[in-house]
Amino acid sequence: MMSLATQGMVLFADAHPMVEKITHLHAEIVLFIATVVVMVLGLSHNAGMRRLCGGVSVVALIVAGVLGAMTPDMAHMPMPGMSGFLKVVIAAVGVLLVLLIEGTVDRAYENTVRKTGVFDGLRSTRGEFYAFMLFSLTGLMLTTGADDLIWLFLALELTSLPTYVMVSISTSRARGQEAGVKYFFLGAMGAAMFLYGFALLYGASGTTVLFAPAGEVSIASVFASNGLGAMGMLGLVMAIIGVSFKIAAVPMHFYTADVYEGAASSVSAFLAFVPKLAGFAALILLLSTVGWTHGELHDSLPDAVRIVLWVMAAMTMTVGNVLAILQKSVKRMLAYSSIAHSGYMLVGLIAGPGNGGLLAGNGLAAVLFYMLCYGFMNLGAFGVLASLERAGMGGESEEAETFADIRGLCATNPLLGWTMVLCALSLLGFPPLLGFFGKLFLFTSAISAGEILLVVVMGINSAIAAFYYLRLVIASFIDEPTAESRAFGVTAFGSRVAASAISAASVVVLVLAASWLMGKTGDAVAPSPTQQVDLTAVDGIHATIAPGGAEE
Amino acid sequence: MLQALIVIPLLSALAIAFAPKANARVIATMSSVICLAVGVLMAWQFRWGDSGEMQFGWSMDVLPELGISMSLGVDSIALWLIELTLLLAPICVIGSFSAIKDNQKTYYAWLTALQAALIGVFAARDLAFFYVSFEFTLIPMWVLIHLFGSTNRKKAATKFFLFTFTGSVIALAGLVYVAWFNAGMMGGWSFDIAELQQAARRMNGTQQGWVLLAMMAGFAVKVPLFPVHTWLPLAHTEAPTAGSVVLAGVLLKLGTYAIFRFVLAFVPDAVVAYAVPIAVLAIIGIIYTGLICWVQRDVKKLVAYSSVSHLGFCVLGLFAINSVGVSGSVMYMINHGLSTGALFLCIGMMYERYHTRSMDEVGGLANKMPVWAFFMVFFTLASVGLPGLNGFVSEFLCLLGTFQSGAGSMGVGGTVGSLGPWFAAVAGTGMVIAAIYLLYMVGKIVFGELREPADYHVHETLPIDLNGREIGVLVPLAIGCVVLGVLPTPVLRTIEQPVNQLVQTLEDAHDHMLVRGGEDGVVVVAVWDESEGDVE
Repeated sequence: MMSLATQGMVLFADAHPMVEKITHLHAEIVLFIATVVVMVLGLSHNAGMRRLCGGVSVVALIVAGVLGAMTPDMAHMPMPGMSGFLKVVIAAVGVLLVLLIEGTVDRAYENTVRKTGVFDGLRSTRGEFYAFMLFSLTGLMLTTGADDLIWLFLALELTSLPTYVMVSISTSRARGQEAGVKYFFLGAMGAAMFLYGFALLYGASGTTVLFAPAGEVSIASVFASNGLGAMGMLGLVMAIIGVSFKIAAVPMHFYTADVYEGAASSVSAFLAFVPKLAGFAALILLLSTVGWTHGELHDSLPDAVRIVLWVMAAMTMTVGNVLAILQKSVKRMLAYSSIAHSGYMLVGLIAGPGNGGLLAGNGLAAVLFYMLCYGFMNLGAFGVLASLERAGMGGESEEAETFADIRGLCATNPLLGWTMVLCALSLLGFPPLLGFFGKLFLFTSAISAGEILLVVVMGINSAIAAFYYLRLVIASFIDEPTAESRAFGVTAFGSRVAASAISAASVVVLVLAASWLMGKTGDAVAPSPTQQVDLTAVDGIHATIAPGGAEE
Repeated sequence: MLQALIVIPLLSALAIAFAPKANARVIATMSSVICLAVGVLMAWQFRWGDSGEMQFGWSMDVLPELGISMSLGVDSIALWLIELTLLLAPICVIGSFSAIKDNQKTYYAWLTALQAALIGVFAARDLAFFYVSFEFTLIPMWVLIHLFGSTNRKKAATKFFLFTFTGSVIALAGLVYVAWFNAGMMGGWSFDIAELQQAARRMNGTQQGWVLLAMMAGFAVKVPLFPVHTWLPLAHTEAPTAGSVVLAGVLLKLGTYAIFRFVLAFVPDAVVAYAVPIAVLAIIGIIYTGLICWVQRDVKKLVAYSSVSHLGFCVLGLFAINSVGVSGSVMYMINHGLSTGALFLCIGMMYERYHTRSMDEVGGLANKMPVWAFFMVFFTLASVGLPGLNGFVSEFLCLLGTFQSGAGSMGVGGTVGSLGPWFAAVAGTGMVIAAIYLLYMVGKIVFGELREPADYHVHETLPIDLNGREIGVLVPLAIGCVVLGVLPTPVLRTIEQPVNQLVQTLEDAHDHMLVRGGEDGVVVVAVWDESEGDVE
């Protein structure tokens, strides 16, 4: 298989660029086909066929993951291996998300169908739901390999648009609709902002190509030779702020708590990972156009960009953590904690790839590693909520949501209880769980980049976070179960419990593989050989044009 | 063998969690006794001649990308503290038999896991592994207080967790900074303590000052040093007896041990510069908490506050920066563990029978429980610092070290460091205060007319006075107190080598600073001024 792919590359080496591009998109193509299949399956009159949606999605994701691992490096990208690596991560977390999402939509309707024996395709949302989810994951994979502004925009929107619908149809309550609408409008505003930014970048550089092989015009090469300029700077900053909607960073974080609370827990878990990863991949790509080669030692972002990100990171961490303390609902708390974690990862982004060549100083690798850790521990926490339900009004089941709902979980349901405890401690960054190593990696990279103040802010924030993660542990482990919390039983969908338990196990077991994973993230963000040559050229150019640059 | 000391308790904790309830205490006892046996074997095999070297070395790469490995090894000081932990472990387990009735599996599993973490802290030769163990001690202790403590336990547990966690995250920033500095010099990341120690000493005065502040932020909370001691009285008072014993006996020593191992060894320049403000904090702690003890009506709280006061001497000895003070301080870590641990046990035994800890409600117990009264008085005197018992030796050495420490009197018995007779004199009043409040306590609850709570009734299983198990728990500690009090020299001789190595580097740093003078001297003075601002 591997050799086939290489052969394909050799065959198409001189082929049309479009054809060559397709060799990098096998994973996305598989997911796209699965999308279509799932959509049709969801409309089948046969209940067994309808139930296949989840299975097909899992299989497609596994195949996509394998193909993603075999994606040939994209030599003209600043980090040729990133896309391939992230596709595997997306597929792995994606499988768990599919397991978690099982049974989110159409439950009441399927019961009706079982009773009456009549199926009306128009009333079923199952096919669409899975299709939208796969669309979103396809978009995410496309984002990681974007080398063109148009591509990046379309991929980001393909990631986000389906999630607006998923939020709305995930519950039948009005709150879900409200959340969906809110998410859509604010998302549109974010998209408008970064699209405006993209337009300015185009205006500043005259091309939409982000990265191109050496010798061809791209935004990166134009910025490298002509400098960023006021318009380019403005465009970049607007794009960053617009994209910060996807990662739920200050100042675009306002929707987070309401949307996560309004959506079903399984969809909230999806929202906390998929758009966030898309946002970080986009930010890494956008920032790569200017590179971390500015500053006195050629080791930081351009000042304006760095300051914007710095303030964003500090604010995001602090706002997220402080507001999380005030929450009564676990879902809202996790939403604010998701904001805080974006802040931590922004620190790694500011640190950049480091210029010492040491992995521990590589902030981008740290971001990817943290994203992976966060994917598992966050999914586990939301998964526990999604796995607990009680009979609510009108025969609808209600998911667990408040701290009171999970009281004494370790006593009533040890598996889910301990899942919650482990994931909460890992989110807190408690050693020796996975989250600790993720945070340590961010620490080392930020200190290497000289961002000591930011590390202190991050340390203080980790301490603040102890307040509310500890409440999760207290609620599930220490507190005695109450009548209210005993009303919650385990959901009929075993795959949700399985997804949560696998996540909790990963938080412990992946520590053993942390070294290997960190190595992989390091490979993923390793610059391409040609790019390195470019960078030295950039250094030279900067040295020579420095006085002119100052005039701007 | 060190890895066995970590693995055995961890496996036992798992076994307790999954075994039937009836077996919990049996497994816990067996695990702690086996570990103690291993500990004795280690003491026998340890090459005492090379007590400054790391022995029983063992290493395994965990995260080579970040230079993290799980490497273990002990010098004589770490070994003594491990022996203390191992001795207290079975005492805690056996001492809890009658007090813990519900939820035994959880209790013994966490108590056993705590032991593994404590050993990990003392045995770590890798900074990251040290930190992981250091932090991990939090969870078992938190659970023990939260689930098995008395009335106010939830607040106590949470306060304990938040204080310590906040401190140690800041300490982590300092430690990672040292690792980064080392990476810059060596071209590769490493968390090996010996390697980092070499690197850290090459940082300039300002860098060392910041690292010292960051590390002290974490370790001072654990000690605890005034003004971050406020979690301790609450946690000690509310914890179950065994929890208090481990807290006072070993957990507090994590702070002083970390100061000894990292602050003193890593940033000698800053230590010389900061010795005075930290000593002032320690002395404030000694006297202030001593006075608080005086007005306590709750016996357990009194002993808890007395720990803060006593640990002040320990810190004072460390920052005297001479062999006398530092070795006195190391002795203090061991002695305090024995005598205060035993005091908590005695109070726990009283509490089990009377369900109160208030001096107003009980008193004159010598009339009814002579055996208990004997032990209570004995350990109080050990804690007061009666010559002939262990407390005296270490307290005296700490004060002597403080007295001799002074840059001005380098000639006559003086050494580097900036403390001096005045510091010793003021701290010495702490000893007097300690004698007052401890003897006052003994006078109230042991001697005089018998006073009992109105609703007192004989315990359903325990006899009126101590039973064989309880005496068996206290006797080893009493023997330890006498032996270390009468014959401290052999122990002092074993810790001489590592202590002298450390003091030598501190003296070198001092000479170095004097020689460098000029610019660096200015930097050091600047750092000084800031810290004095902190004190005010």
